Amino acid sequence: MEQAQSLWQFMQQQSDKLLQQTLQHIGLTFISLVIALLIGLPLGIYITRHKPAAGPVLGFAGVMQTIPSIALLGFMIPLLGIGPLPAIAALFLYALLPIIRNTYTGIEGVDPLVKEAAVAMGMTRMQVLLKVELALAFPVIMAGIRTATVINVGVGTLAAYIAAGGLGEFIFGGIALNNTNMILAGAIPAALLAILLDFLLSLVQKMGRRRRLSTLWAMPVLFLLLSSFYVLPFGYSTRLLAGFTPEFMGRSDGDIGLRTVYGLKIRTVVISDAVMYKAAYEKKLDVISGYSTDGRLKTYDLVVLEDDKKIFPPYYAAPVVRKEVLERYSELGPVLNKLAGRIDDSVMTELNYKVEHLNQSPEKCARDFLVQQGLYREPAPVKEGVVRIGSKIFPEQYILTNMYAMLIRGYTGLQVETKTGLGGTKICFEALQHDRIDMYPEYTGTALLAILQPPAVDTKAG
Amino acid sequence: MIKVENITKTFGEFTAVDHVSFTVQEGENLVLLGRSGCGKTTLLKMINRLIEPSSGEIYIDGDNIYNRQPEELRKKIGYVFQNTGLFPHYTIAENIAIVPRLLGWDKQKIRWRTVSLMEKLHLPGEYLSYYPQQLSGGQQQRVGLARALAADPPVLLMDEPFGALDPITRASVKKDFRQLDELKSKTIVLVTHDVQEAFELGHRICLMDKGMIVQAGRPEDLLFRPTEDYVRDFFEDQRFQLEASVIDPKDYDTLIRAFDHFKNKGK
Ligand SMILES: Nc1ncnc2c1ncn2[C@@H]1O[C@H](COP(=O)(O)OP(=O)(O)O)[C@@H](O)[C@H]1O
Ligand SMILES: [Mg+2]
Repeated sequence: MEQAQSLWQFMQQQSDKLLQQTLQHIGLTFISLVIALLIGLPLGIYITRHKPAAGPVLGFAGVMQTIPSIALLGFMIPLLGIGPLPAIAALFLYALLPIIRNTYTGIEGVDPLVKEAAVAMGMTRMQVLLKVELALAFPVIMAGIRTATVINVGVGTLAAYIAAGGLGEFIFGGIALNNTNMILAGAIPAALLAILLDFLLSLVQKMGRRRRLSTLWAMPVLFLLLSSFYVLPFGYSTRLLAGFTPEFMGRSDGDIGLRTVYGLKIRTVVISDAVMYKAAYEKKLDVISGYSTDGRLKTYDLVVLEDDKKIFPPYYAAPVVRKEVLERYSELGPVLNKLAGRIDDSVMTELNYKVEHLNQSPEKCARDFLVQQGLYREPAPVKEGVVRIGSKIFPEQYILTNMYAMLIRGYTGLQVETKTGLGGTKICFEALQHDRIDMYPEYTGTALLAILQPPAVDTKAG
Repeated sequence: MIKVENITKTFGEFTAVDHVSFTVQEGENLVLLGRSGCGKTTLLKMINRLIEPSSGEIYIDGDNIYNRQPEELRKKIGYVFQNTGLFPHYTIAENIAIVPRLLGWDKQKIRWRTVSLMEKLHLPGEYLSYYPQQLSGGQQQRVGLARALAADPPVLLMDEPFGALDPITRASVKKDFRQLDELKSKTIVLVTHDVQEAFELGHRICLMDKGMIVQAGRPEDLLFRPTEDYVRDFFEDQRFQLEASVIDPKDYDTLIRAFDHFKNKGK
């Protein structure tokens, strides 16, 4: 009950953003849907007329559908940059298959005798297509449009990773910030949107032919109207464009701090850290929220600004370990502490650079560093007991995870399982809390702000 | 008047219709009779250009049909399919109105025509707003007939129009069909494999085999003056009923011939 209450409060507080994100989401969904219809319908019709083309066309659309959405967005960036364009292109590719396939199977499913009768009565090819084939295939085609719409609403949440907005901003922001209300404020409207649109389209699908004839013209008009939601103006004064990660957007040592303490009011888009640095390098963005230790700062020759008003607490990498595990294996604590004080920002940047830019494996990089520091030991004889190490998905975490694993194996003989692929702070922390992992590398600032969650006023002190 | 000249249709190596020629006079009913697979449907579909021939010409009222827009040609030729080919998404009224609407008739005229056809084919008026699936096979076939007749085309092509019906329904649909006044003036080509039906409905019969016409003529010509053994054998099973059906008691010539025939057979 308290949860529901505070979610409601959150949504009210953020109603401006929520409205904007919802409209953007609807806009993205429908722009790509309209384009997919403009191309998919004629293509679906074309391949019923030219059967040899059906295999390759359906095959291509099918392959597009199997590419994981994040990967597809990734492929789009070199071609189309960041922002709405690559997002729309990716959503369009996803929507294509259900529309082409259902147009094709719908028309193929029309009784050939009925088509022949239509021709025999003197209908032109166009009349046969419109009055017989499309009319009879209509429910099947509508089913395809419904599928495409639901897919677009779902995949559309990922648009937030490449600065295209939408409800994903809340969802991924919430995941990064360990803020359940924020996640729900994005996820619930997205789910409702999918259900609502699917329901409305199902009404159109079930419409009788006569009702359809009188109302169907409204569908393209409505789709275009909904598409236009994306471009509704949201005014900003400066021309500077910032790209911040979802996490940075919602943190008091992030966008909130920049606005309140520094009074910085620039146009901001939300973007994934995976593409942020490159986008800055390619001049798509002017300001980004980089990690001070990220190797790409060096790769792309980016300048780090000084936080002279001290909104950022210190960010030191430190292992977060379950207490129970530390107690069970008393030798573990001292081993993990061997790294203390050895990795400052410049060292970490250098290590990251080796992995990200010179394509060294995190394992080799970790080992070289331990050897150089005189800490490396070959694995000790195996002993009873396993330590499960988690990590977020970026190179620095992989390097640190490898170092911890090597130290534990070398000094204690405990076995190590690594789970490198936990999406963000929230996921790592939840995994830790629920006994899925025993430890993971975290940063002091993050631990302080996102996990311990002090009241906002206190942060200035930190 | 329909004139078919030396028409041939091949599918790859296979010749489905082989140098066929015949004419159908205005108002005449011509039956294409033959076993399944002998090329009747292929031949019929070439008359309204549902199938384009490999060679040969067809004229309707002296005009070569290949000089005309196929759509324009087809709107003036009614076509009845064995399995109706009604539009499942159209009501009965809309199905009947298809060609008149293509021709741009005004609503009132279409309405009037539809209602009158329903009456003539003994279909209750409330069926107008039904969909084809809601009707029985016999009723659907009547609608198919009404649809072919709607725009009052001078030519009617019928492909086994009673073939899919059970015997009792067939008899009743056929009876109403034969009583239709407006068919009297139409030039009709009807395809069937049913000998009885050919004799009942045809003014003249073309007996086909392997894509060719074996013999063409009035029913009694085929029966009493067969040109080949194939023709004689074709009717042998049902000869008695057929002869009884064609003999006009006042046609002494035929009567004597039939008598001779029976006498010879008795020997
Ligand atoms: N499109 C086609 N392709 C190949 N063969 C065909 C095609 N249409 C008909 N045929 C063949 O032509 C022959 C005559 O067919 P059809 O005219 O339908 O015969 P009927 O109507 O007398 O039963 C059959 O052997 C049939 O298999
Ligand atoms: Mg046939």
